[in-house]
Amino acid sequence: MARRKSTRGPLDYGKSPWLILFGMVTFVLLYAPIAQLIAFSFNDSKRNIVWRGFTTKYYAKAWNDASLVEAFVNSMTIAVMCTVIATIIGTATALWLWRFRFPAKSAVEGVMVLPIVIPEICMGVAVLVLYSRVGNWMRGFETGPIHWWNELFSVWPLNLGAITAAHIAFSFPFVAVVVRSRLAGFNREFEEASKDLGASEWQTFWNVVLPFMMPGVIAGALLSFTLSLDDFVITFFTAGPETNTFPVKVYSLVRRGVSPDINAASTVLIVITLVATIIAMRMQAPSKIEG
Amino acid sequence: MTSPIISIKNVTKKYPGVVAVDDVSFDIMPNEFFALLGPSGCGKTTLLRMIAGLETSGTGDIIVDGQNMEGVPANQRPVNMVFQSYAVFPHMSVRNNVAYGLKVTGIAPAEIKPRVEEALEMVQMGAMADRKPDQLSGGQRQRVALARALVKRPKVLLLDEPLSALDAKLREHMQLELARLQQVIGITFIIVTHDQDEALSMADRIAVMERGGVRQIAGPEELYEKPHSRFVADFIGKINLIDATVSGTSNAGVTCLAKGLGRVVVPHDGTASGSVSLAVRPEKLTLSDKAPSSASDISAKGVIRDVAYYGDVSNVFVTCADGLELAVNVQNDRAAAGLLENGREVYASWHPSDTLILEE
Repeated sequence: MARRKSTRGPLDYGKSPWLILFGMVTFVLLYAPIAQLIAFSFNDSKRNIVWRGFTTKYYAKAWNDASLVEAFVNSMTIAVMCTVIATIIGTATALWLWRFRFPAKSAVEGVMVLPIVIPEICMGVAVLVLYSRVGNWMRGFETGPIHWWNELFSVWPLNLGAITAAHIAFSFPFVAVVVRSRLAGFNREFEEASKDLGASEWQTFWNVVLPFMMPGVIAGALLSFTLSLDDFVITFFTAGPETNTFPVKVYSLVRRGVSPDINAASTVLIVITLVATIIAMRMQAPSKIEG
Repeated sequence: MTSPIISIKNVTKKYPGVVAVDDVSFDIMPNEFFALLGPSGCGKTTLLRMIAGLETSGTGDIIVDGQNMEGVPANQRPVNMVFQSYAVFPHMSVRNNVAYGLKVTGIAPAEIKPRVEEALEMVQMGAMADRKPDQLSGGQRQRVALARALVKRPKVLLLDEPLSALDAKLREHMQLELARLQQVIGITFIIVTHDQDEALSMADRIAVMERGGVRQIAGPEELYEKPHSRFVADFIGKINLIDATVSGTSNAGVTCLAKGLGRVVVPHDGTASGSVSLAVRPEKLTLSDKAPSSASDISAKGVIRDVAYYGDVSNVFVTCADGLELAVNVQNDRAAAGLLENGREVYASWHPSDTLILEE
């Protein structure tokens, strides 16, 4: 059998024309909708069909839409609160799992990543059921001595507490996983060296362990920020009538047709998410310093 | 007589299923360069870490400079360690690495600066003070680890396999360097190593460990020339061990019936009986194509099986009667030139006083 002489090396798949084509098609299918969304946010037309010239007026329009801005501010507020708390809880969890040996540790590790793997819709329903129970229970305080409790939680930003708590619940495992994998590369001799040189347990943590895991902590924080910012499903289930987040707001607007100001607002969100993700990936890149 | 800087008394450390350190007792004197030598898993590193306080829950007493270390945590012991991986903090500059141990113990900044400079000069790293560890070679990182430990002015410096990660040339250089440093600073060094050359060339005294226990403690020469057991003889350098049975003791020495040699008389202090090993170092043997002229020499006729050429010397393996294998170190001088061929018939001989009788 005559064999065609190939100019390709054994693992040189990058030169295969079919593979290149396949890759290109995949890329186009993945990113064309997003590119179109961004492009039409600058389109001088009420409809997202024909290009009629460049404009930024829909950015201005989105900016002047009070309810859209309110939803956006809510989303950012929730994301920031969620990030701070989820990062602390996630980092603490990672440290706990890394530092200590205890019975059923592997079971705990498995349960901890559950929020990552269980379908979001289930999580949403679960949180909804929980909150309605808690709500019933709290209504009992309305006539009691601490009825101020309910008033307190209707004040901004505490009225976002329910959504924030749900966001923390599903994003802290991501932080924990990222920080944990960073800590897996930690050389225990660093810790021993620190103590040998006279440092206490706390000094060792602040001066040696924390700086080492910082890239993981920052990556985890940015991850939880983007997760919280664009979450729809769980938020949809937990948002009350007075509170709205950006994704939920966009969903309600889209039901009346996609207008370019939604494109504009979405583009802003994409940029924010993208920047956060890029920073997170940079932070997670294997350090040049060997551990 | 000076009192020991470190006294180890009946120290035992058990892990589930293994005894890492098994009832070890010995003293280390001030200014001594002391080596813990043994194969991997012999407990030498565990013992070192127990001295440093990084390994706890053992039994027995470790006394450093008259103070019992029982209950004293690692960060309060007057000893410092150079780790096998060096453990130089990657996020700190060389200077900050060295200053770390002084900063965390609350020493005044005015005092820290000169001490750090001094320590860096001592290991010739003054010019690299502002570099980060990832900009340093392995040897330089080790110097930083050394400076970082020495700046604390410990009573004892502990070194855990400090040279194992360096290449052969650098290792030789650092051996001399460590020996020089130890003499300049005048404190006790305890080094853990599995490399017998390293221990022999640097240490004043060596403790050979095996399976958690200390088999022999002696200076390098004594350890090499007068090992007490087959294990030590075999671990330190190369040695021919010949099975023999003692048949009698006289003024001339111990008479044995040895495998492949027949009846030999070996000078020996003390008594010996039963099954023993005759031990003789390969460099004590000479090869000749004629039977030795001196009748008192022990000799065996055999055939050269293999010649391993090392440049200055050759290791020659001679198969003798009764399946006796002898290793002979031959200087590659003119006399050896025509002799070292596989299959050639030779006489291997040595002086009886170069033979040791090992009962253990």
